[in-house]
Amino acid sequence: MELDARIPSGALSEKWDKHRFALKLVNPANKRKYEVIVVGTGLAGGSAAASLAELGYYVKNFCIQDSPRRAHSIAAQGGINAAKNYQNDGDSIWRLFYDTIKGGDFRSREANVYRLAQVSNHIIDQCVAQGVPFAREYGGLLANRSFGGAQVSRTFYARGQTGQQLLLGAYGSLMRQVGTGRVTMFARREMLDLVVVSGQARGIVVRNLVSGEIERHAADAVVLCTGGYGNVFYLSTNAMASNVSATYRAYKKGAYFANPCYTQIHPTCIPVHGTYQSKLTLMSESLRNDGRVWVPRQPGDRRPANQIPESERDYYLERKYPSFGNLVPRDVASRNAKAQCDAGKGVGETGYAVYLDFADAIRRDGKEVIAQKYGNLFQMYEKITASNPYEQPMMIYPASHYVMGGLWVDYNLMSTLPGLFVLGEANFSDHGANRLGASALMQGLADGYFIIPYTIGGYLAAMDRPEVAPDHPAFKEAVHYVTERTEKLLSIDGKRTVDDFHRELGHILWEYCGMSRNDDGLLKAKEMIRQLRGEFWENAVVPGSDKDFNQSLERAGRVADFLEFAELLVTDAYTRRESCGGHFNEAFQTEENEALRDDENFCHVAAWEYKGDDKEPERHAEPLVFENVQLTQRSYK
Amino acid sequence: MNQGIDITLKVWRQKGPGDKGGFEAYHAGNISTDMSFLEMIDVVNEQLTRDGKDPIAFDHDCREGICGMCGAVVNGRPHGPEKGTTLCQLHMRHFSSGDTLVIEPWRARAFPVIKDLVVDRSGFDQIIIAGGYISVNTGGAPDANAIPVAQEVAERAMDAAACIGCGACVAACPNASAMLFVGAKISQLALLPHGRPEAARRALAMVRKMDALCFGNCSNERECEAECPKEISIANIARMNREFFKAGLFSATR
Repeated sequence: MELDARIPSGALSEKWDKHRFALKLVNPANKRKYEVIVVGTGLAGGSAAASLAELGYYVKNFCIQDSPRRAHSIAAQGGINAAKNYQNDGDSIWRLFYDTIKGGDFRSREANVYRLAQVSNHIIDQCVAQGVPFAREYGGLLANRSFGGAQVSRTFYARGQTGQQLLLGAYGSLMRQVGTGRVTMFARREMLDLVVVSGQARGIVVRNLVSGEIERHAADAVVLCTGGYGNVFYLSTNAMASNVSATYRAYKKGAYFANPCYTQIHPTCIPVHGTYQSKLTLMSESLRNDGRVWVPRQPGDRRPANQIPESERDYYLERKYPSFGNLVPRDVASRNAKAQCDAGKGVGETGYAVYLDFADAIRRDGKEVIAQKYGNLFQMYEKITASNPYEQPMMIYPASHYVMGGLWVDYNLMSTLPGLFVLGEANFSDHGANRLGASALMQGLADGYFIIPYTIGGYLAAMDRPEVAPDHPAFKEAVHYVTERTEKLLSIDGKRTVDDFHRELGHILWEYCGMSRNDDGLLKAKEMIRQLRGEFWENAVVPGSDKDFNQSLERAGRVADFLEFAELLVTDAYTRRESCGGHFNEAFQTEENEALRDDENFCHVAAWEYKGDDKEPERHAEPLVFENVQLTQRSYK
Repeated sequence: MNQGIDITLKVWRQKGPGDKGGFEAYHAGNISTDMSFLEMIDVVNEQLTRDGKDPIAFDHDCREGICGMCGAVVNGRPHGPEKGTTLCQLHMRHFSSGDTLVIEPWRARAFPVIKDLVVDRSGFDQIIIAGGYISVNTGGAPDANAIPVAQEVAERAMDAAACIGCGACVAACPNASAMLFVGAKISQLALLPHGRPEAARRALAMVRKMDALCFGNCSNERECEAECPKEISIANIARMNREFFKAGLFSATR
């Protein structure tokens, strides 16, 4: 199949405008005849479900948690970007577009990213109108802060809880629509399969996580907003329930999976402390505004931080990147932290940590100002580590945080399966090979509030669809598959817990497919994943029954999917014969150890087609065409 | 520093809403003090699983104190003994070897038990559906800086908006009142100029819904404020009461 991104012709700044005019409209009276399934209630799903219902569509919205307000978008701390230029510091739509393209190491589509920058300003307007309590200046106007990969202050924030506040805004709008009856909310449901009829996505099969019942839901279109697969690394900053299952099942039903090897390892997380650790906690990138990153100059220096004099400290980011300093993009900051630790300069008990020091900022601005900006983050840090960051520098280390890869979508955010739309982190579209800080919230809300409401109408108005009810054979087949798989999981009757398998999978990926990759390691990882998967289906233990609330069964299903998906991730990493952004293959680096792209051969999106459980997936390429920006070696010096 | 501690757990086990339920004792041995409370339960559950027993069901997700999914009553206190801390952020360094911890679900008529420590908090969603929002459709919002908001007002709105909807306030209250939760949302939106047009309607609708769902009334015990992991102030309940009376007495929408 030819991959057609359906990018409109014409000047970059006019594409979206022209496209909105070209899309067919659905008559207001007809909208209520259409049913749309939205899976997920995070920033993308919540905003999409609410906005589609406001337009008049009938929406069925699903979430895995007990309430739509708990989706993992809620944990985003630092902020949301927009090209408002309220600070008069030289920002513009063009600059946000360019920073995002460059930050993504020139591996995203110009047209998508430009549109994202265009709608960014409307997002802020919308959120303020919803009552999102953004930080403000004394005069009552909105405040901004800086984030990595940019030299302007364009990040809007609500203390360290920006994701929470934006999500609660979208949740409020969603609940209002539940009240009108145009959204029916299905909480504690997990999507277990996608239903495809005559090549079109027409429904889903879900498990009711309380009763265990397998439910069928039909619709005219399906919108997946199910987040990213960062938990494939086991330890990550993602919530415990974040998983790949929904997008992976869609992949197995024919949607292409794009760039799975683009994973983001976030530089500022609380370091790992023990084997039973269940997750890693992020410390917002905004801390790098005022915190200075350093390690001892001498390898093996075990003195406490306050006993190491200035002259024996290496502020390596400031030294290597004088113009961006501590605010280099995430991939650069992470790789540098790893390099320092690998060279024996790491600090803390394990030697896998670097300092993030606020002493200078506290001296300069006073403790009160720093507390106002980062108080809740400092408090969180102290709770977890029992160390006070006002007095001692924080210790941080990179951790799996976000994934740029996801289901392939065209300009309309539709996958290769007609009628299946994918929004937010679940798609691959806007961040290329590396996402800049404060851009995930922007993309999730852009997709949900301002893009899907137009593009889904274009699809529904233009395509004929047969009537499909939940008793259609395609549903029966999906239910059969799901039931059989569940029974199989419950009957393995082995000795090893599912978490233990997940932990080992995470180790394999972190070791061989994490911040730094090489061919030998990737081939080894692939073999190890296959073996582990084989063992899982023979030796896992999944207690309980499928007829009631069974969290062990839920986890087992997700880990089983991770065990398959991990191989696709590694395969993608192996076949991309270059380094770019978050994908760093040691064979491809500049003399300064930065990622070395191969624009001649790899300036494309890799989209994977499922060919069967025992077959290698097929790699398709969508060339990336740059008409407006010059491809350069990224430099933050 | 990583010396393990030994703890006895008495955990509420209940198969489903119809089951009577009861406490069961478990031993948690050699627990690292760097572990979070939920990681300690993970360890117990791994052992139960290997022993062929049913692991303890408990709600949790982000494990960084923001999603509001987790929560249990530990030795009589929602989210355990540490102030301003969710259960997932409570670390085992606050306990000592030999301690016995009694772990129960939130107990309130409006929060029926689903299984073990998992309860049904959908009542909170119902209250929000009644009016916990500003009615603006997507698109057409004026420029974000069109209406200035004094910094201290925005900060107070943010203080109220920090609520994570975990339900600890209800579990802490002898009347199982949801007034801290409702007061926080009403306050956030009543403080901001953007929320004023609907303030009266919102206060009336949310309070009536709360009553209809069998949440109790406030009798100024202040337990909610003491146990709230986000330290939401009961000043928000006072503001809710003012908004409610004002709406009931003077507004056109009463």
